[in-house]
Amino acid sequence: MDLTRLSAAELAAKLAGKEVSSVEATQAQLDRIAAVDGDINAFLHVDAEGALATAADIDTRRAAGEGLHGLAGVPIAVKDIVATQGMPTTCGSKILDGWIPPYDATITQRIKAAGLPILGKTNMDEFAMGSSTEHSAYGPTRNPWDRDRIPGGSGGGSAAAVAAYEAALAIGTDTGGSIRQPGALTGTVGVKPTYGGVSRYGLVALASSLDQAGPVTRTVLDAALLHELMGGHDPRDSTSIDAPAPLVVAAARRADVKGLKIGIVKELAGDGFQAGVSARFDEAVELLTSAGAEVVEVSLPSLEYALAAYYLVMPSEASSNLARFDAMRYGVRVPPAGADDPSAEQVMASSRDAGFGDEVKRRIIVGTYALSSGYYDAYYGSAQKVRTLLARDFASAFEQVDVLVSPTSPTTAWPLGAKLDDPLSMYLQDVATIPANLAGIPGLSLPVGVAEEDGLPVGLQLLAPQQADDRLYNAGAALEKLLEDRWGGPMLAQAPDLEVAR
Amino acid sequence: MSEPAKGISRADVSHLAGLARIDLSEAELDHFAAELPAILEHVAVVQQAAGDDVEAMSHPVPVNNVFREDVVVPCLTPEAALAGAPASEQQRFLVPKILGED
Repeated sequence: MDLTRLSAAELAAKLAGKEVSSVEATQAQLDRIAAVDGDINAFLHVDAEGALATAADIDTRRAAGEGLHGLAGVPIAVKDIVATQGMPTTCGSKILDGWIPPYDATITQRIKAAGLPILGKTNMDEFAMGSSTEHSAYGPTRNPWDRDRIPGGSGGGSAAAVAAYEAALAIGTDTGGSIRQPGALTGTVGVKPTYGGVSRYGLVALASSLDQAGPVTRTVLDAALLHELMGGHDPRDSTSIDAPAPLVVAAARRADVKGLKIGIVKELAGDGFQAGVSARFDEAVELLTSAGAEVVEVSLPSLEYALAAYYLVMPSEASSNLARFDAMRYGVRVPPAGADDPSAEQVMASSRDAGFGDEVKRRIIVGTYALSSGYYDAYYGSAQKVRTLLARDFASAFEQVDVLVSPTSPTTAWPLGAKLDDPLSMYLQDVATIPANLAGIPGLSLPVGVAEEDGLPVGLQLLAPQQADDRLYNAGAALEKLLEDRWGGPMLAQAPDLEVAR
Repeated sequence: MSEPAKGISRADVSHLAGLARIDLSEAELDHFAAELPAILEHVAVVQQAAGDDVEAMSHPVPVNNVFREDVVVPCLTPEAALAGAPASEQQRFLVPKILGED
């Protein structure tokens, strides 16, 4: 039995039944990483020793009859934007090269408390700015379906790790689609919870009013299990929701769409969407209809302005958040060349030039522009009004339907380098995912097959009202089952086998 | 509402980089000055979206002050807090001179 092919739920059952040990499962994942990650580059850091130590501890405690968390002993990969005490955290940036956080993020604490071995840290676009993982200072991650293509971004590392069977569970963060879009492009499942549903304490902030951490997995049930572990109120995050968390695991097990009202977002279809993406999306909607869902078309008129609003709000918040990288308290310090006894300000400016990559600088400049005196009202202020309009559109849509659906990404994975010289064309790829972040609502992407023209994965996105994350899991698990029955197996069975290094 | 200028010049980019404390090279200034107008033109459509009657939304959920009991809780030791610093001395962050010569 190849332990790396099991879902987290399947592995957890075998661990609980003492059919396999966590050390065996963890070693199997480490072996898989050693065999394929030279090509994929999903991991920036692998902690074999730490992961095996956690696994051995869980095995000992299980043998002693201790009551353990349901996912105890199931290995996990963590995006490199999440603070992990004693383990490097670079955010894919040179400016944090070698930084080892002195504390754990709340989600890291919860993972450790539940006894999941942490395999390592996954690659990402620098500070989560990008849609392809090509903006990592440590080289791009490659898509396991076609290694000449991007895996999506910013969380391409977590998605590729899961798609390449390097881990069954991974943590992602999603500011404008960084969990969902890589999920779509790698044939995996990714969820952005309701804003405030998962603690942001210990995540390196990109845009504080948009950022949310969430699960990256191969199945909807696995995502629910990880979501439940990560989520819930945290007093150390002042935007954390102090209310009972949605019952996502029960919803994933229910998987019944009979009578569910589903709205197709009119503005997220047609022009600009690849033919094979639209075809797979339409088929999936038909399947939901055949299973008893009621499907109608709804309109979100202010979507027209959402992408523009996002590309003002996000850089504005990022330019402010990234001011903390001042080369004084952490991160690299690079004194200006040729300056004798430079000032702190000069050292800060030269360190930021040396430490930040092209895309990060671009967004900081745009954000600084949008926030500067004389432009603030026209740009940042107007963008915030668009958020209000969009939230109203969603509110009125959710008076008519229970969930909304759209393709997650307008296209399948594109070749490495294809959009690197055209930032605007890269930004346009996020059109379907950014509305959820602006409105704070939850979104789930799941694979719905491959596009006919290129054989690459297509994702379908479900959206629900704030704090109704459970609806995503119910509908997502139902659709997953319908599709797997049709395919005769899971989505990733359609992916090519990776060459294995020996 | 002020009417922002249409384009963005190389001098504007240089000024913004100064505000953002990034010492961009001449080549980077050329690069961004050529690229940013198209991005800013695209995002400028937000100005057509809403009138003065629409409220601005800064956060997707209401944001309130959050208080906790005023009790001592564990925090980082000085050693841990300074561990990532480029330079430190006597349990303090060591920084270059704050005031310039000029």
